[in-house]
Amino acid sequence: MARHVVATVTEIPPGARKLLTVAGREIGVFNIGGEYFALLNRCPHQGGALCKGPLVGLVTSREPGRFDYSRRGEMLKCPWHGWEYDVRTGQSWCDPDDVKVRLYKVSVEPGEAVARGPFVAETFAVSVEQDYIVVEV
Amino acid sequence: MKGVTPGGIDCDVHPAVPGMAALLPYLDDYWREQVVTRGIDGLGLASFPPGIAANGRADWRPPKGLPGGDLEMLRAQALGAFGTKAAICNPLYGVQALHNPHFATALARAMNDWMAAEWLDREPRLRASIVIAPQDPEQAVAEIDRRASDRRFVQVLLLAMGETLLGKRVHWPIYAAAERHGLPIGIHAGSTAHHATTGNGWPSYYIEDYAAQAQAFQAQLLSLVHEGVFVKYPGLTVVLIESGFTWLPGFMWRANKTWRGVRAEVPWVDRPPAELIRDHVRVTLQPTDAPPDAASLEKVIDQIGSDRMLLFSTDYPHWHFEGMKAFPAGFPAGLKQRVLVDNPLATYPRLKETLQ
Repeated sequence: MARHVVATVTEIPPGARKLLTVAGREIGVFNIGGEYFALLNRCPHQGGALCKGPLVGLVTSREPGRFDYSRRGEMLKCPWHGWEYDVRTGQSWCDPDDVKVRLYKVSVEPGEAVARGPFVAETFAVSVEQDYIVVEV
Repeated sequence: MKGVTPGGIDCDVHPAVPGMAALLPYLDDYWREQVVTRGIDGLGLASFPPGIAANGRADWRPPKGLPGGDLEMLRAQALGAFGTKAAICNPLYGVQALHNPHFATALARAMNDWMAAEWLDREPRLRASIVIAPQDPEQAVAEIDRRASDRRFVQVLLLAMGETLLGKRVHWPIYAAAERHGLPIGIHAGSTAHHATTGNGWPSYYIEDYAAQAQAFQAQLLSLVHEGVFVKYPGLTVVLIESGFTWLPGFMWRANKTWRGVRAEVPWVDRPPAELIRDHVRVTLQPTDAPPDAASLEKVIDQIGSDRMLLFSTDYPHWHFEGMKAFPAGFPAGLKQRVLVDNPLATYPRLKETLQ
């Protein structure tokens, strides 16, 4: 397990995502209202590129014909078969206990700390003026 | 108690309406005159032509009249021979197929009164479904309310193929009434012929019409689940009568799989459809689609994933098995008692009140 510097915070504004390969794994990093989440880009259903799917809201219902819409942009829908996953937890909507996508720990670190290490930042020239997104893989 | 399945509850037998003459005493003056002056008769459903072998087993046909028309024969053959403790009568006549909703309502009422007087009053082991005319949901509810005080009526009867899919809201008052009175909704095979009997138009042959009933039941289940009927009426039970059941596993897998991908369209379906089906839907035993061998039958029952869904039925006087073999070969011995007694009692609260 190592801490990988994957992006500057300005690269992934709220609602945006970045797909990258970290330690041989394809990962999607998402900014949900200023919080960052990193998910394995592989749907546990059949291996679709989950992190390329649309971000949608959470739709529930109290009774037939009623649509309760919340958490806009916090659910990730697999582009292959439409299964929905909670970006915050990795849990699927249809089977939250048994079908989950792998989540990685994300933190934001100041450039000073990143420059000091120990971090893996193969592709980055780190500047002390910036904040960086760090994923543990 | 004697018989091959003593103490069992038969969830589907068919006393036949011999013709309009039998119903005349139960119609009001206006409708009696209309029927007589217009010569209205022979409203049997096209789905069940009495001359078709399957619609009357040779040894269960009376010397004259329609199969299922004779109370003494039904007593001896459907009740006594099996040792049946109670049997639910599902009379099939043209009520649901009539385009005139007022006549349909009057006829439904007459059929229920005829059933009470000619069958239930004469044979205490018989129970019946309330026939309604869903063409006029308000009047259908009135008929349920009128008949519900007679506890021998244990279910509300609908047909598998009617005017619109059964999950549609136009039918919801009927479900509210059924739930309120503790009456399951029985959906019996058969078509009003208001639409073609397949999704691709009219078939050429009776065999197609008959086998396609299973698709009609599937469409009704999809509609009931996805329109949210079981969410709106959590106390409602639906009994599929003469639907067969070996198609259930594949159908439920397909429904679950599809739901996982597109469930946001129907967010009130907040559990896999198969779970709702296992909780709310029951299925009668006969006719059993015949698996090629006994082991296959046991496997299918296992794949259904619930031992609470199957209800014993003979479908008397229809011809689906020989002799007394209402349980097909390979039916798991350990499940028989549940299917004969426990499941029917759990499904029909009104049976439970009078039999236990």
